[in-house]
Amino acid sequence: MLLKFTEDHEWLKLEGNVATVGITEHAADALGDLVFVQLPEVGATLAKGDGAAVVESVKAASDVFTPLAGEVVEVNEAIVNDPSLVNQDPLDAGWFFKLKLANVADFESLLDEHAYKALIS
Amino acid sequence: MSVAADKPSSDSLRRTPLYDLHRALGARMVGFAGYEMPVQYPMGVLKEHLHTRAAAGLFDVSHMGQIVLRAKRGDVDEAARALERLVPVDVLGLAVGRQRYAFFTNEAGGILDDLMIARFPDSLLLICNAARKAADEAHLRDALSDCCEIEALDSALIALQGPRAESALAPLASNVSSMRFMDARETSIMGAKCIATRSGYTGEDGFEVSIPSSSAREIVETLLAQPNVAPIGLGARDSLRLEAGLCLYGADLDEATTPVENSLSWAIQKVRRRGGSRAGGFPGADVILNQLDAGAARRRVGLRPEGRAPVRGGALLFAAADGGEPLGRITSGGFGPSVDAPIAMGYLPAALSKIGSRVFADLRGKREPATVVTLPFVKPHYKHR
Repeated sequence: MLLKFTEDHEWLKLEGNVATVGITEHAADALGDLVFVQLPEVGATLAKGDGAAVVESVKAASDVFTPLAGEVVEVNEAIVNDPSLVNQDPLDAGWFFKLKLANVADFESLLDEHAYKALIS
Repeated sequence: MSVAADKPSSDSLRRTPLYDLHRALGARMVGFAGYEMPVQYPMGVLKEHLHTRAAAGLFDVSHMGQIVLRAKRGDVDEAARALERLVPVDVLGLAVGRQRYAFFTNEAGGILDDLMIARFPDSLLLICNAARKAADEAHLRDALSDCCEIEALDSALIALQGPRAESALAPLASNVSSMRFMDARETSIMGAKCIATRSGYTGEDGFEVSIPSSSAREIVETLLAQPNVAPIGLGARDSLRLEAGLCLYGADLDEATTPVENSLSWAIQKVRRRGGSRAGGFPGADVILNQLDAGAARRRVGLRPEGRAPVRGGALLFAAADGGEPLGRITSGGFGPSVDAPIAMGYLPAALSKIGSRVFADLRGKREPATVVTLPFVKPHYKHR
């Protein structure tokens, strides 16, 4: 499985032409305990950079942007019912949505783990 | 998403006497009202909030203004009478050892700042907002220098709040256990001469303590060494005060809103109202006294959004789910950890301000239904007896 990152602190795992999207541990720590998550509609077609989800801590709201163009094929309702999952397990149980990529080749343009770690260090 | 940098952007920020301790405790520092302040510690805003309601939270509020007012001729009644020229509250009738909420008003009846006034045998102690303290001091000097000495203190100020606040402070401080809500007295803590008031801004029982700067770190570390006491940042301070229905100057209160619109009429005692022996005589008295009799066109209310999404300050309020002009605005909004739901305060026209009224807040382009509810959102736990 391929794992990539964005400068907006999202991670993407690619299987076939579907990328699972979540936020990084660094982002989850910086946001603090989440109390509300709003996810996109299944079936929505999103362009790169569109607001895809909203996360809210006690203090503030933040947007999660669409990392690559595609169609939302599945969302993680578990984090809507229990936003603390994102803080507890951001890289696995706290995933946000699955995106059928419009162009799988775009995946290669994202940051690898080494480049992302350099970004946040 | 954008992730805020850990370091405040400006290096011209002032620091409180507890700055080094905040860093040592792992606080995330932000710029606030010209100071570099802890917004949260490693515990995080949510748990800091809940810890304060369950045990005791310690807040550094040294950025706030502490101003002492003394009458030049020595009679504190003269200072109290003079201060009544600037605030619509009964200062003269405030007993020695007691504290009272007040606000400076302008000629339009708007609020220049809200503050606490404590009376001591030979002085008044004013605690005001950090962002307004320089303006407040100038205002006092302009208006009261004829008869009063005005001194801004550089002491540290901490708040210790929550059901375990008394048991945490009492072993260190002389005669604080017998204090009741809004009492104010001098006390000695670990050899330092301090001033304690039994008050705060969380809805919990607790104290605010003014401590000489040189003793602040040692006293705070001793308090934090107790298992019930945790350091709490500005993030949780904001959610705690919002749940308690308390106003934040610059958000819920400003120069364009009056005490009657703010639903703070309770803070204007009868003696300063029409028919009282010292009625009026403060800036904007005509506007405020008229509104006390006739009511204001809009009111500050508590709001409970019906969904789980927090509705933040600045959101416009509408009467209907579609169309229409905005009729009001959220001034403070967020998630209440103890309520476990979104909560907000805002202004609505009088006709829509009744408990149970249903309105709609603009949330990212959608209308989110919200109900007008009684403030505060949580039951206060002040020690009245």
